[in-house]
Amino acid sequence: MKRRWNWPIWVGFVVVVAGLFSYGFFARFPTTRDFPWANLLLFGIGAALLIVGLFRAFGRPQVYRGKIFGSIFTAIAVLVVAFFSYGIFYVVRQVPASAGAPRIGQKAPDFILLDQNKKPIGLGDLLSDSRAVALIFYRGFW
Amino acid sequence: MRSFQQRLPEFEARGVRVVGISVDPPEVNRRQSQKLGYTFPLLSDPNAKIIRRYDVLHPGAGPKGADIARPAEFLIDSNGVVRWVNLTENIAVRARPEQVLEALNQLSPAGQ
Repeated sequence: MKRRWNWPIWVGFVVVVAGLFSYGFFARFPTTRDFPWANLLLFGIGAALLIVGLFRAFGRPQVYRGKIFGSIFTAIAVLVVAFFSYGIFYVVRQVPASAGAPRIGQKAPDFILLDQNKKPIGLGDLLSDSRAVALIFYRGFW
Repeated sequence: MRSFQQRLPEFEARGVRVVGISVDPPEVNRRQSQKLGYTFPLLSDPNAKIIRRYDVLHPGAGPKGADIARPAEFLIDSNGVVRWVNLTENIAVRARPEQVLEALNQLSPAGQ
């Protein structure tokens, strides 16, 4: 008898991989970037499907396929989630303390830098025609 | 930064200039500004001189171990005095425009 296709393993695996690669999209929105719940939700759905698939493969091996590839896919999925967790819960928190950064009440260091049109812009220029300046340091696009 | 661009009219209405600073050269900033539709200045600090002066350097965190800025936000009043600071402990979590607008309310609740 030909054994049946064990779809939850395939779908579960694809959902886990999608959970990793969709971070580039979800990171664009603060609500899904500050805490990556959308990615974790995808991982959860994928894991549940993989578990269902493995139960089928090992519980009723005469009916369902997938003992070997199900195990391989599950191992890869575990690595994917571990890699994501390492990046998102550990690496992103390795930020320098910046103990010497200007504090509230202190004078902000002056600067003159080129803008995107190579025009020099100084903090004094920015402040001369405004009530305040919101200065945003960012990592860059590279 | 995308969210700051979206709320830029609110900052402008309250007389606040929004400015970004990174190690990117002006050419990259120009390209990204056009691509993402940013209309506020992106300043270029290629040697991280000003980034160092603000002590917001993240050594070796850039491409090929280059020194870059860590995410950090300052609100500076017209006297050049820092009135609000946000130094995140998580690169993925950055200040939202509403936090800065709220800090602005504290600055002088009465006037514009």
